[in-house]
Amino acid sequence: MELKTVVFYVFAAIMLFAALRVITARNPVHAVLYLVLAFFNAGGLWLTLQAEFLAIALIMVYVGAVMVLFLFVVMMLDIDIARLRQGFWSNMPLAVTLGVLMAGEMALVLSTDYFGTTSFPDQAMPADYSNTKELGRLLFTAYVYPFELASVILLVAIIAAVVLTLRRRKDVRHLDPAAQIAVKHTDRIRVVKMAAEKEPE
Amino acid sequence: MESSVLQFFQWFWNLFGLWDWVWSWFKPLWPLVWVIIKIVVILVPLLLGVAYLTFWERKIIGWMQVRIGPNRVGWWGLMQPIVDGVKLFLKEVILPTKADPWLFFLAPALAMAPAVAVWSVIPFFDGGALANLDAGVLFLLAVTSLGVYGVIIAGWASNSKYPLLGAMRSAAQMVSYEVSMGLALVCVLMVSNSLNLSDIIRSQGQGTFANAGLGFLSWNWLPLLPMFFVYLVSGVAETNRAPFDVVEGESEIVAGHMVEYSGMAFAMFFLAEYANMILVSALVSIFFLGGWLSPFGIFPDGILWLLGKMVLILFVFLWLRATFPRYRYDQIMRLGWKVFVPLCLLWIPVVGIWMMSPFNIWK
Amino acid sequence: MGARDLIKTFSLGELRQGLAVTLRYMFAPKITIQYPEERTPASPRFRGLHALRRYPNGEERCIACKLCEAVCPAMAITIESAERVDANGQTSRRTTRYDIDLTKCIFCGFCEEACPVDAIVETHIFEYHGETRGDLYYTKQMLLANGDRYETEVAEAREQDARYR
Repeated sequence: MELKTVVFYVFAAIMLFAALRVITARNPVHAVLYLVLAFFNAGGLWLTLQAEFLAIALIMVYVGAVMVLFLFVVMMLDIDIARLRQGFWSNMPLAVTLGVLMAGEMALVLSTDYFGTTSFPDQAMPADYSNTKELGRLLFTAYVYPFELASVILLVAIIAAVVLTLRRRKDVRHLDPAAQIAVKHTDRIRVVKMAAEKEPE
Repeated sequence: MESSVLQFFQWFWNLFGLWDWVWSWFKPLWPLVWVIIKIVVILVPLLLGVAYLTFWERKIIGWMQVRIGPNRVGWWGLMQPIVDGVKLFLKEVILPTKADPWLFFLAPALAMAPAVAVWSVIPFFDGGALANLDAGVLFLLAVTSLGVYGVIIAGWASNSKYPLLGAMRSAAQMVSYEVSMGLALVCVLMVSNSLNLSDIIRSQGQGTFANAGLGFLSWNWLPLLPMFFVYLVSGVAETNRAPFDVVEGESEIVAGHMVEYSGMAFAMFFLAEYANMILVSALVSIFFLGGWLSPFGIFPDGILWLLGKMVLILFVFLWLRATFPRYRYDQIMRLGWKVFVPLCLLWIPVVGIWMMSPFNIWK
Repeated sequence: MGARDLIKTFSLGELRQGLAVTLRYMFAPKITIQYPEERTPASPRFRGLHALRRYPNGEERCIACKLCEAVCPAMAITIESAERVDANGQTSRRTTRYDIDLTKCIFCGFCEEACPVDAIVETHIFEYHGETRGDLYYTKQMLLANGDRYETEVAEAREQDARYR
C-alpha cells in the first residue's frame, strides 16, 4: 500500500466519523464543529487528487466564512432537544425513503466502473501544470456565460436579502459621522461685533 | 544548504568513527529530519520575536506616553519577557464550572495553530520558503481565516457572558475584514499575475524605477497606494489590535474570549495574537513592500530587508495603538463594509483598465 | 465643505496629526521617577505613619484628653487612661492604652490637628507593611517607639510648617 492510499484512508475515516457525529451529536455547537472537521478532511481528500484550488477554496469559503456564521447563529440559539425529538417517529418513513433514494443514486454513480461508463482517463500532467490557472482559463473562456450568470444570480440574492431585511426605523436618533467631521466653528457660533458701551442718550 | 548540514553531521559522527553505521539507518529518515530542522529554524526565532515584540510594545507605548517602560529585569529590562513567560508557566490553569472541557482546551491550540502554520509559505529570501506553493496566497487566506475558530470556540466553551460577547464580535469583525483583505489582494494578484508569494515579490523588482536603481518606487505600495492602506488597516483589524480591539475591549468586556483563561492557556492566545501581528507585517512587506528586495539597486537583496520592513510595519502597529482610541463596534462595521469594500471594488476595475491601457507599467 | 477640507479628509489629515503628536512625544524627555532610587519631594505636611512624641525630659506629651479619639472619623483610635506620677514628680492623667488601627485609619490628619500638646503626629513615613492583619494594629509602645525614632524629622517638619499655622 503506498503512502497516498494510507493518507486517503486516514482522511476518509476521520471524515466519515465527523459526518456521523454531525447527525448524532446532542449539542448543536458540537455538530457544527464536527461539520467543520468533515469539510477540512474533504479538503484534504481533494488535495490528494491534486485539486489544490478547489480544496483551498472549500476550506476558505466553507470553513473560513460560512461555518463561522453558522456557528455564530447556533451559539445564539437556545435549542430544546426534547421538543425537537418529538416528531421523530412520525417523520421516520419519509426520512427513510429519502435516505434509501440517495444511497441508491450514490451507488449508481460509484458503480460506473461496473456498468462500463467510466470516462476519466488518467492524464499525465506536465511538471509546471497549474490547476488554478487551468480552472481560471476554463471559467473565463469556455464557461464565461454560466459563470457570469451565476454571479448575477448571487448578486440578486444579496440585494434581495438586504431589501427584505432592511427596516428604517424613524424613531432612532443617530449621528452622521461625515457631517460631524465636516462641521466648522462658524457653523456653531456667530461672533457679533458690537460697541463695548451703550451710546450716551 | 542541505548538503552542508549533512557534512556537519558527517564530521560530527566521524569524530567517533560512527558515520557509516549511523547513516545506514538514518538515510531514509533524513528528508523528515531536514524538514523538522527547517521548521525549528523558522519557529524558534518566531517565538523569540513574539516574546520581544511584547517587550518592545511596552517600551514604545511607554515612550509615547512619556514614560520609560519596563527597565528593571535584566539589562534595560531585556529579561522582562522571559520572566513573564516563566510566571505564566507556573500559574494554575483553571477550568470554569460547566465549561466544555474539550473545547475549552482545544481553543487556545486552534488559535495558535493557524498563526504558526502560515509561516510555511512565507519566502524569507529568494528560494527560502519551507513550501513554495503555487497557490500560496490562497493557502494563506484559507489558513488565516481559520484563526477565528480559536476565538469563537473559546468564547462559547467558557460558558460565560463576556467571552461569548467577545466571540460574537470577533466572528463578525474577522469575517468582515477578510473580505476587504481578500479584495485588496486581488489587485496585487492582478498586477503580479501569480498566486505564488515568491513570484509576487520578484514581479515587484521589475520596471522603470527598479532598472534605474530605485527599487522601492517600483514596489506595489506606490501604484496600489489605496490598496496598501486598506490591506494594512484590515490587517490591524484582523489581528484584533487597537484601535479595532473591540473583541478584547478591556473597558467594555474585560478581555473578551480570554476572560476565563489563565496560565499557559492564556499565554497561547497571547502568543497567537502577537504571532499574527508578525505575520501580517510579513505579508504587508511581501505584497506591497517588495519582501526581500532591497530599496536601492546598490545594496544586495536579502532576508535583512524583509526583517527591516517587518520591524517598520510592527512599529506602525504599536504606533497606532498608542495614538488612537478604540473604535465603536458599529463604526468598525461601517468602515469595513461601507468604506473598504466599495473602495476595493472600485480599485479593481481601475487597475484592470490601467493594465489594458498603453500606460501599463507591469508588463 | 471646501476643497481644502476634502483634501484633508481624504489624506487622513486628522489621523496624521494624532500620529505626529505621539511620534513627537516618543522622543520627548521622560518624566518617570524611578521610585526606590528617586523620589518626589514630600511636603512637611505629609501625613504618613503615626507617632507619639515625648518632651525633652523623656515624659510623653499625651495627656489623655481623648480629643483625637473623639475627632477620628474612622474610629481608629482607642484610649484608656489613669493617674500616675510623671517625670516632673507631679500626679497627672496619662494614657494606659493608646491604639491606632491603621487598617481603619484614613490618614486625614484630624488627630494631629485636634491634639492640644502636639503629642500624636503623622510622620513622613509611608513605606511600612504588615504580614498579618494584626501587624497594622499599632499600640502605645509602637507609637512611642516611632516617635523616638523619627523625632528629629518630625520636629523639623513642624518647624517648617509653623509659620503657616
